[in-house]
Amino acid sequence: MEFLIEQWPRFLEGAWLTIQLTLGGIVLAFVLAMFFGILGTVNHWLPRAAATVYVEVFRGIAALVVMYWLIYALPVATGFQLEDLFAAILALGLNVGAYGAEVVRSSINAVPKAQVEATVSLNMSWPQRMRLVVLPQAWAQMLPTFGNLVVELMKATAVVYLVSLHDLSWVADDLRRLSGETIPVFLVAFALYYLIAQALIFGVRLLERRANHKLGRTPPSGGGLIGLLRPPAVGAKVGVAK
Amino acid sequence: MPPSDTPENTTAPGVEGGSAEDKLIVFDQVVKRFGDLTVLDHLDFSVAPGERVTLIGPSGSGKTTILRLLMTLEKITEGHIWIDGEPFSHMPRGSGLVPASESYLRQKRKRIGMVFQQFNLFPNMTVRKNIMEAPVHVLGLSRDEASERAQELLDLVGLGDKIDAHPTQLSGGQQQRVAIARALAMRPEILLLDEVTSALDPELVAGVLDVLREVAETTDITMLCVTHEMGFARDVSHRVLMFDKGQIAEEGHPDQIFGDPREERTKSFLKSVLENGH
Amino acid sequence: MNGFWDFEFTGRVMPDLLSGLLVTIQATVLGYVIALALGLLIAVVRRAPFLGAIVHFLMEFIRTTPLVIQLVFVFALAPSTVSVFTIGVVVLGVHYAAYTAEVYRSGIEGVAKGQWEASKALSLPVSRTWGAIVLPQAIRKVIPALGNYLIAMFKDTPLLFAIGVVELLAMAQQVGSASFRYVEAFTMVGFLFLLVSIPSAIAIRRLEKRYAAV
Repeated sequence: MEFLIEQWPRFLEGAWLTIQLTLGGIVLAFVLAMFFGILGTVNHWLPRAAATVYVEVFRGIAALVVMYWLIYALPVATGFQLEDLFAAILALGLNVGAYGAEVVRSSINAVPKAQVEATVSLNMSWPQRMRLVVLPQAWAQMLPTFGNLVVELMKATAVVYLVSLHDLSWVADDLRRLSGETIPVFLVAFALYYLIAQALIFGVRLLERRANHKLGRTPPSGGGLIGLLRPPAVGAKVGVAK
Repeated sequence: MPPSDTPENTTAPGVEGGSAEDKLIVFDQVVKRFGDLTVLDHLDFSVAPGERVTLIGPSGSGKTTILRLLMTLEKITEGHIWIDGEPFSHMPRGSGLVPASESYLRQKRKRIGMVFQQFNLFPNMTVRKNIMEAPVHVLGLSRDEASERAQELLDLVGLGDKIDAHPTQLSGGQQQRVAIARALAMRPEILLLDEVTSALDPELVAGVLDVLREVAETTDITMLCVTHEMGFARDVSHRVLMFDKGQIAEEGHPDQIFGDPREERTKSFLKSVLENGH
Repeated sequence: MNGFWDFEFTGRVMPDLLSGLLVTIQATVLGYVIALALGLLIAVVRRAPFLGAIVHFLMEFIRTTPLVIQLVFVFALAPSTVSVFTIGVVVLGVHYAAYTAEVYRSGIEGVAKGQWEASKALSLPVSRTWGAIVLPQAIRKVIPALGNYLIAMFKDTPLLFAIGVVELLAMAQQVGSASFRYVEAFTMVGFLFLLVSIPSAIAIRRLEKRYAAV
C-alpha cells in the first residue's frame, strides 16, 4: 500500500501519456473518418473507391501491425524516422479512423432522402447541403458508435507499451518488475483505465444529448446528469483492435 | 379566385413545340421510366407565366413525377423540358443538347421552389433558420435581411410568433405553413405544390389552403399543384389537367372539368375522390 | 541493403511467416470457442439478480481496459508451467466473452415475450425453455454480429506478442531484425492480415444477408 502511494506520481505520468495518445488518436481518427466517410458518399466511383480502399486496408490490419510498420519498416524504406509517439498516434488514428469512416458513411446515408430533396428545392450546393443539413443530422446518429470507438481507441493505446513508450501499461509492468506486487499494481492501472473510459463515455453522452436536443428529441432515459450515467450500450457492432 | 385573370390560352391544348415563346414551362415529348415502368409517356404540355395549373388523377398517373422532374429530383428519360424558351432538362453543347450538368441545373432551378407532402423541414434548425439559411447561403442575403424576410413570411402564413420554435414543437399544419414560407423566401417564379395537405389531419387542411389562396391572390407566381382538394383546385387554378397512365386524359377550365367532365376516366376519378370524403 | 524490395528474401522468409500466421489463426479459433461458450454462459447468468450485477460490472471492467495489460497481468500471475500460448488464448477468449455476452443478451432480449409465456403455459422446465425455445431463436439472430467478433479477434492476436507468443507479428520481428529487412517483413504481415480479414469480412456480409430476413 505504501509502495502504491509512493509510486502514485508515476501512475499519473503513465495515465497522462495514455490520455495524450487517446486524444491525439481521437483527433486524427475523427478527421480521417469524416474525410473518408464523406468521400464514401460521393456520387462518383473514384472517390468512393479511394474511401473503400482506405477503410478495408486499415480495418483489416491491426493498429499494432501498422505501428510496427511505421516504426521499423518506414525508416528503412524512406530513411525517415518518425517519433515513436507520433507513429503510435498515426497508427491508432488510421485504424480507428477506418472504422469511423464507415460510421460516418452509413450515418450520412441514413439521413432521409426527403431532407436532401428539400435542399435541392432550395437550390443548395453540395457543400451547403452537407454542412447545413446532412452532417448536422447525421452527427446525432454517429455519436453512439463513436462512443464505442473512442473507448476502443483508448484501450488500443496500450500497444505503445510494446515499443517502450511510458504509458500506463508500461508503468504498471515496470512497477511490477520493481516490486513484485503484481495484483495491487495492476488493479490500480486497471482502475485508472476504467476511469478514463468512463470519462470518455460521459463526454460522448454529453455531446449526444446536445445533438439530440438540437434535433428536438428528448433524451430517452430522462434528463439530468444522472441520466448520462446509465450503463453503456455496448453495440453488437464491430470491435476494434485493442 | 375570379377566372377573369385567366390567361387567354387556358383552354388551348398547350401542346406547342419546345420553342413557344409565350410559355414559361414546356414539356416536349417527355418520357419518364422507372425500370420497366413508364410513368410519363411522351407527354406534351405547357404552362404560361403566372398561370396556376392543378394536376389531378389517380395515384401512379405521373402527376408527382412532373413536379419532381421540374425540381430536378428525377432525371428525364426521353424528351425535353424548356423553361422560358431555354432548355432545362438539357443544356446546349456544340450545336445540340446534352443532359444538363449539376452546375447548369443549379443555374436554372433558381426560379423554382417546391413544397412537399411531408413538409421536409430541417429538424436541426429552428423555424427562423429553416427559412433563412437558403437565402443567406444560396442567394447571398445578409443575415439581417434574411431574418427580416423570414419574419415577414411567417406573418403572412400566420406564424409570426413561432419564429424561434423548433419544427418538432409545431403541428403538421404549422410545419407545412413554415415550409411554404421557406419556399417563398427564395422568391421563386414557379412554385410546385406536391399534395401539400395529404399528410395533414383534416382539421389542419383549411389553414394551409388559406395561406396558399392568399399567395395565389397576392402574387403572380406560376403554380403547379398536385392535390386531391378539389374545392381548392376550383378556386385557385386557371386550368386543370386530368392525368391517367402517364398522359393527359382531359384538360380544361376548372368549372368545366369539375362541372362537366367529358372523359369517362375523369368522371370516375372525380366520383371516387368525392366518395372518399374530399 | 540491396534494392527497395528483395523478392528472394521475401520468398525465403515466407514459410516462417506462414507458420506465424498459423499460430495466429490457431489462437484466434481457440480463443473464439472460449468467447462463444463463456459469453453465452455470462449472458444467462447476467439475468440472475445479485450474481448478475457482479458479473455485469466485471464484464464492463474487462471491456474498458486494454487487452495487452490483461495479458501481461495474467502472464505475471500464472505459474510458469502454463504455456504462453494457453495464457494468450484464454485471456483473448475471456476478453471477447465480455463482448459476445452483450451480443447474446441483445439476442435473448429480442425473443418475444410471448415465447416465455407460452413456455410457462406449457409448464416447460427452465432448462427446456432456455435450451429449446429461447436460445435457438436468440442465437440465430446474432450470428452475423458474432461473426464480426471473430474478425476482430483475429486482428487482436498480434497482441499475444506482448507475452512472447511467436505469432505472425513476432515472427516478422524475428526475421526482420535478423536481416534488417523490416520493409519486406512487416509489409508481408500487413498483406497476410488483409488476405485473411478481407475475405472473412465478405463472408460475414453474406451471413448478414442470409440471416437479415429471419
